[in-house]
Amino acid sequence: MPFMDQLYSAALRMTRNPADAEDLVQETYLRAYRGFGGFQAGTNLKAWLYKILTNTYINIYRAKKRRPDEVDFDNAEDFFLFRRLGGLEAAEAGKTPESLVLDAMPESVVKDAIDALPEQFRVAVLLADVEGFSYKEIAEITEVPIGTVMSRLHRGRKQLQARLWDFAVERGLVPQPPQPESEPAG
Amino acid sequence: MDCEQTIREVYLYLDGELTTFRRWQITRHLNRCPPCSHGFDFELELRHVIATRCHDEVPPELKQRIADAIALFDPKPRDGDPAEE
Repeated sequence: MPFMDQLYSAALRMTRNPADAEDLVQETYLRAYRGFGGFQAGTNLKAWLYKILTNTYINIYRAKKRRPDEVDFDNAEDFFLFRRLGGLEAAEAGKTPESLVLDAMPESVVKDAIDALPEQFRVAVLLADVEGFSYKEIAEITEVPIGTVMSRLHRGRKQLQARLWDFAVERGLVPQPPQPESEPAG
Repeated sequence: MDCEQTIREVYLYLDGELTTFRRWQITRHLNRCPPCSHGFDFELELRHVIATRCHDEVPPELKQRIADAIALFDPKPRDGDPAEE
């Protein structure tokens, strides 16, 4: 079955729930099989499968959303994460501090940061940054104009960087500024 | 092309959505401007981290479930058909 790992990962990010993700992937393949006549040779199979996945998600699973989207915040500046991390002291010669933080960033932080995005931004960022679709392909998959895709990506990526920073701080990935030495106990 | 324009278009550049001429203008600025180039490298690396660190493996039961469900749609091979190469 082509693309199943990718579709399952995308389904998990969309639904944020393993049981729903499994059902969504199964429904996607069944719809693809039933509608395979609608597939034109020469068009992009991957984009076609993602279109079915995204439409099925929007039509079925969005209705029974288990977890509300977190509050939308739009005040992050461009290069948010880079600017935050750029202020850190280098801990190791030959590597920039922001590179070290990226190297150390575990999968759970990346997944949680994407999962925290409001749905429309989450889907756009997923399709562009994880799956590598073009703006035109994303516009076709999500059935919105290219300008809307660009605006969702712009806002979604800013929010993603702000989330990554929050999670990196929360989980101690960002080196804390040196604390004044405390008095030894006793 | 200045720093502000470059930063504004860095994502379009990374997304491969700029004209050849515009790409060339940005590349030229990046080559001449270490702070922008540093930021660009970071965004490129971040993109790679995002793309490669959110993959999950399909549970084997799901693969089986889907294969079974699809088998119901697929016509069974007829008896007596010559084995296909």
